[in-house]
Amino acid sequence: MRLDLLAALNAARAARRAAAVVTELPGGAQRVVTQAAGDPLADPISKAFASGRSCMIDTGEASAFINVHLPATRLVILGAVHVAQTLAPVAAALDYDVTVVDPRTAFATAERFPGVSLVADWPDRALPALKLDRYTAFAALTHDPKIDDPGLIEALRAGCFYVGALGSRKTHAARCARLAAAGLSEAEIDRIKAPIGLAIGAASPAEIAVSVIAEITAELRRPEAA
Amino acid sequence: MTAATPDPLAIAEAWAREGRGVALATVVETWGSAPRPVGSHLVIDRDGAFEGSVSGGCVEGAVVNEAADVIETGRPRMLEFGVADETAWEVGLSCGGRIRVFVEQVG
Repeated sequence: MRLDLLAALNAARAARRAAAVVTELPGGAQRVVTQAAGDPLADPISKAFASGRSCMIDTGEASAFINVHLPATRLVILGAVHVAQTLAPVAAALDYDVTVVDPRTAFATAERFPGVSLVADWPDRALPALKLDRYTAFAALTHDPKIDDPGLIEALRAGCFYVGALGSRKTHAARCARLAAAGLSEAEIDRIKAPIGLAIGAASPAEIAVSVIAEITAELRRPEAA
Repeated sequence: MTAATPDPLAIAEAWAREGRGVALATVVETWGSAPRPVGSHLVIDRDGAFEGSVSGGCVEGAVVNEAADVIETGRPRMLEFGVADETAWEVGLSCGGRIRVFVEQVG
């Protein structure tokens, strides 16, 4: 790969833009594509952008390899709580870029979250700057509607691939009523995973964190089944 | 907190800018059970240093050897590994799958 192509690819990845490297085989001629439209292989490239799957394409006499690079998955945790203290490092070990947001400065401390990106601010100020997108998972864990509700609204509107909220069924029913009153549609509200996490009988905060990261993984890898 | 696994493409660019001869290996096709998905990268320098993976460690040694030739000649090469391919390759995938790996020079 030419160094200028590699640099362009890495720049797109750093800016969280989807990019594909097309390699014509057997010759090895290459190009970096960030917009499928207009490319001779527009159709398979746009499919690769949608699925995230790289593939070999038969182009008649020759073939082409499409290597698709989607932005790294991120996890934004709202609530610097006990569950988050396990969820943040476990998600980081799974290659998520993790950010913890909590306006309560007693919770969002570097001592409680060593090495984690912390934003000690309210979600309506913190989240727009984080530019949530469809490659971002969002978990609301504060149990406080003043903090969780605006965060959930922002995450749903941004199209985060996973939106989960801590709280019992009763808590969640009350939350749904508030979000409906705030103008969210039923379809938007239905996207919230609540009670958060896969049903594995999690008892401790750390086990709840495991159930949450497992649920996020399922949503990422098998969205049709989750 | 950022991603834990080293990024082979960022490493490839950094190594190439340092003037180390660099090759990039990419899994382009898999059949059956393969440990790393299509698109996975291994980056190798002239001295045989490498980061990333194209298998679970079964064939990396052979890819590193081939990469030395690719860096030397500048010509890309397609490699194929599989348990049924013992005459062509001394290494194979213990999982029983088959993979094709494209190895190209960077720079």
